Amino acid sequence: MQALRAELIWGLLLIPAAAAGGCFLIRPNAPRRALLVLAALGHAALTLCAWSGAVRPTAYGWIAIDAASLLFLSVTSILFLAASIYAVGYLAQEQRQLQSAPREPDLDEEPPFTNYPEATFTGCLLAFLATMSLVAVSRHLGLMWVAVEATTLASAPLIYFHRNSRSLEATWKYLVICSVGIALALLGNFFLAVAARSYGGTPIPLTLDDLAAAAGSLDPRWLKGAFLLLLVGYGTKMGLAPLHTWLPDAHSEAPSVVSALLSGALLNCAFLTILRVHGLLVAAGLGAFSRELLVDFGLISMTVAAVFLIRQADYKRMLAYSSIEHMGILALGVGIGGLAGLGALLHTVNHSLTKAMLFFAAGNILAVYRTKSTDQARGVLRVLPLTGVLWIAGFLAITGSPPFGPFLSEFMILKGAIDAHRPWIAAACLAALALAFIGMAGAVINMAYGTAAPGAAQRLDLSPIVPQREPLWSILPPLALGLAVLILGVYIPPPLGDLLRRAAEILHVQ
Amino acid sequence: MKVWLDAVLVLLILTNLRLLGSARLTVCIRTVAAQAVLLGVLPLFVQAGAVTFRVALLCAASTLLKAGALPWLLRRAAREANVRNEVEPLVGFTTSLLLGLALLGLSMHVADGLRLPGIEGPHFMVTVALFTTLVGLFVIVSRVKAVMQALGYLAMENGIYAFGMAFAVEETLLVEMGILLDVFVAVLVMGITIHHISREFDHMDTDRLSALKD
Amino acid sequence: MFPIASIAHVVLALLLAPLLPGVINRTKAWFAGRRGPRLAQTYFDLWKLLHKGAVYSRTTNWVFVAGPIVGLACVVTAMLIVPLGGVPGFLAFSGDFLLLACLLGLMRFFTVIAALDTGSSFEGMGGSREVFFSALAEPAMLLGLTALAASSQSLSLSSIYVLIGTQASLSSAGPAMLLVAAALGIVFLTENARIPIDDPNTHLELTMIHEVMVLDHGGPDLAMIEYGSAVKLWVLGALLVGIVVPVRSGHGAVDLLAGVGGMVLLAVFTGVVESTMARLKLLRVPQFLVAAAVLSILALVLVMR
Repeated sequence: MQALRAELIWGLLLIPAAAAGGCFLIRPNAPRRALLVLAALGHAALTLCAWSGAVRPTAYGWIAIDAASLLFLSVTSILFLAASIYAVGYLAQEQRQLQSAPREPDLDEEPPFTNYPEATFTGCLLAFLATMSLVAVSRHLGLMWVAVEATTLASAPLIYFHRNSRSLEATWKYLVICSVGIALALLGNFFLAVAARSYGGTPIPLTLDDLAAAAGSLDPRWLKGAFLLLLVGYGTKMGLAPLHTWLPDAHSEAPSVVSALLSGALLNCAFLTILRVHGLLVAAGLGAFSRELLVDFGLISMTVAAVFLIRQADYKRMLAYSSIEHMGILALGVGIGGLAGLGALLHTVNHSLTKAMLFFAAGNILAVYRTKSTDQARGVLRVLPLTGVLWIAGFLAITGSPPFGPFLSEFMILKGAIDAHRPWIAAACLAALALAFIGMAGAVINMAYGTAAPGAAQRLDLSPIVPQREPLWSILPPLALGLAVLILGVYIPPPLGDLLRRAAEILHVQ
Repeated sequence: MKVWLDAVLVLLILTNLRLLGSARLTVCIRTVAAQAVLLGVLPLFVQAGAVTFRVALLCAASTLLKAGALPWLLRRAAREANVRNEVEPLVGFTTSLLLGLALLGLSMHVADGLRLPGIEGPHFMVTVALFTTLVGLFVIVSRVKAVMQALGYLAMENGIYAFGMAFAVEETLLVEMGILLDVFVAVLVMGITIHHISREFDHMDTDRLSALKD
Repeated sequence: MFPIASIAHVVLALLLAPLLPGVINRTKAWFAGRRGPRLAQTYFDLWKLLHKGAVYSRTTNWVFVAGPIVGLACVVTAMLIVPLGGVPGFLAFSGDFLLLACLLGLMRFFTVIAALDTGSSFEGMGGSREVFFSALAEPAMLLGLTALAASSQSLSLSSIYVLIGTQASLSSAGPAMLLVAAALGIVFLTENARIPIDDPNTHLELTMIHEVMVLDHGGPDLAMIEYGSAVKLWVLGALLVGIVVPVRSGHGAVDLLAGVGGMVLLAVFTGVVESTMARLKLLRVPQFLVAAAVLSILALVLVMR
């Protein structure tokens, strides 16, 4: 396979960035939405090209695509493509609803609210894609830090799309907590730089390759301190408990498109940064230390999420806690290593696709029922048949039922735990998963099959209860994602399997 | 030279204590700006003599941004929100001062454990850097007004920057500029959000933002 | 040479102490655009008071009479211990700074119980405020003096002050010394009932702290109180001047002259502070004093690292 030109990487970064700039300049809505989809398509096309051959690194080795980058980049790209199609319809729908006269207040939100200008929304979406791509392809830890901070800043306006007090509160919490976390990560980077000082010689630059080559001569104390700080800092972005407090608020108040991207793509990118540092520690011989920390954080996240999932009254918050749980599973998988590590990488793909599908379905439900309460939004299968099917399928997938993808990856993690002679961890993991299943099942099944509460039906004028119109843009993306998850549950295509194995090797998670 | 360095570091500690013990927002904003200025001149004392173009550029840029633009932003946000009232924090001021002293002791203890040959500048700089970071974190956690939390974030960034300077972390100019830009945009976004908060609610008290909870 | 300079210092201090309030008042008048009273006005006031008779209320007993006497005795004894820059104190022994704090405390105690003895609520209010503020100011003073003792490795005020004023110590522990000076400055203003803690010119009893405690004294008692407070100004000022004025020539006369000049400058500085600052809200005074204590602790931490 011949090496592809390095311009491919620049294209991956600059196409969304330029499109973001264009969004701010284009006045009418329709061309701007077209630009969004075009940029997503371009990004996806370039990512597809990267599958076909090795890409030469560029920018003095600071930016390159290796197997791990390609994995996370592909997931991000697919998700963004689906999200862009969904967003076009969503924005049009929001515009119609704002323009049409009496805006009925949401059942439990204040009346009435205005939306952010669409230009800011679309522009920030594309900037978000650009910064996430930068996180995936950067090989210099400082650049990675800058990119992760940039994702926080690019996504904050997205959460505030519905300009009401709740989303404002969520945005503020997101900003402050993530900024503090990232500041700690910067301190961790400095610790790493100190560890990389070969006494008397020239300091080692903070690129992954140079650090890995000199891994033996890094000061272990400083390296451990750096890992702890980076885990706490980037773990805040990833949503590991107890640093997760911004996640439920941000995911529930943001528009569903944004929640899907946050859950599916952003948490993954934060995970990638942690993986890179973990790989460094393994290369330096301190793998046991980092693995233990990852296992601890993973178990705490799973437990906290499982507890909060029970009797959750807001279905978007429920999905957010489910994300926290799955991030815990990822950390746990990597912490155990071996087969579990490979399973964790597969799980990133499965979780992202499933969670995005669930959030899109939730967005459809929200659009019709105009409430986020699990009590009020009932009878989804009758009102929105296709969405209801997707909702139930997504629930089954995310809680780990066969034949969907997450079952396979979670099974790999559990088997890896048992293979590594840690049956108690596997037991704890299973218990948490069971709790999560119970918690979510109650809410999801009530929503899908229950009859709408009498008051709700009158207010929403859903009587007689007839199936509502489900536009294509709201069904196609989640359906495509769901099919992908279903396929991944029974058959992993060889290129994907090969990529996963290569990524696991690079990241030292095996 | 050592005396001047010591003096600057002691002044930094005093700014931190002032941040902890002060009641008025404008005073706190000016204190953080003073911190940025002190940090801006610190490299000139640390690297006795070898002041390269890069160091000078970084000093000037960071001082301008963190002592000029950012305080101006926050002051505007506070002014628009009509907040000049004394702030009643979750932890009283006297307690904050004494806790600040405890934090100083903690950072001295941690800095002692981090002794490394080849640190540029006195070891005291590591203590002061850690102290500033801890004070920033404490301000974020214990203060109620949103502007104070943004100031705490700035103080944290100041502390981490001082830490990087103490160890003469050889990041390239590009990354350091990137860090600076990130901080700037972060505070910009925070300022805009504060503006919205003050418009949406009647107050700027983040502890009253508790509608979202489980 | 050793005792002569000290004796000269004691004599000069006892003679020149009433000049300090005169300098302060003159400075304040100058700021206000007035001509102000004579520099030696306090001497004339003392002379006038000594020739007056005193009136004692029937509710008071020996405590009321003893208050001013004990106060004056304490502060003059403290005068014997305190060095002035390079001039050692007349009495010097290890741990004498604790005796200094105790003497000042005893003076304060007797002033307060003499005030309480009158049975008037104003005096009681003043007494409680005075004790509260002093309880916060004493740690600041003691910790500051401890920092000085740690930096000069000795426990006697005289040797401390001889050692810390030199060029070498300033360059090595300069910032810590400045912090101690700031803390002692705040203590100076507090103990002598100056703005920003207390306004000596106020005539409203509800706002007084120190003035109200001596409201019922008259004649020779009041003369003793006024003289005692002037000597207290000198004592606490000497602690401050010893740090700030870095003259340690070894010649008694030169050091003494420099010290006296420093005292006068300190009086001018106090006048400036009184003219430019407003009095702090009573609720803010504890925070102010805790800030002074924090500065002392900071200096101690700096010296001990």
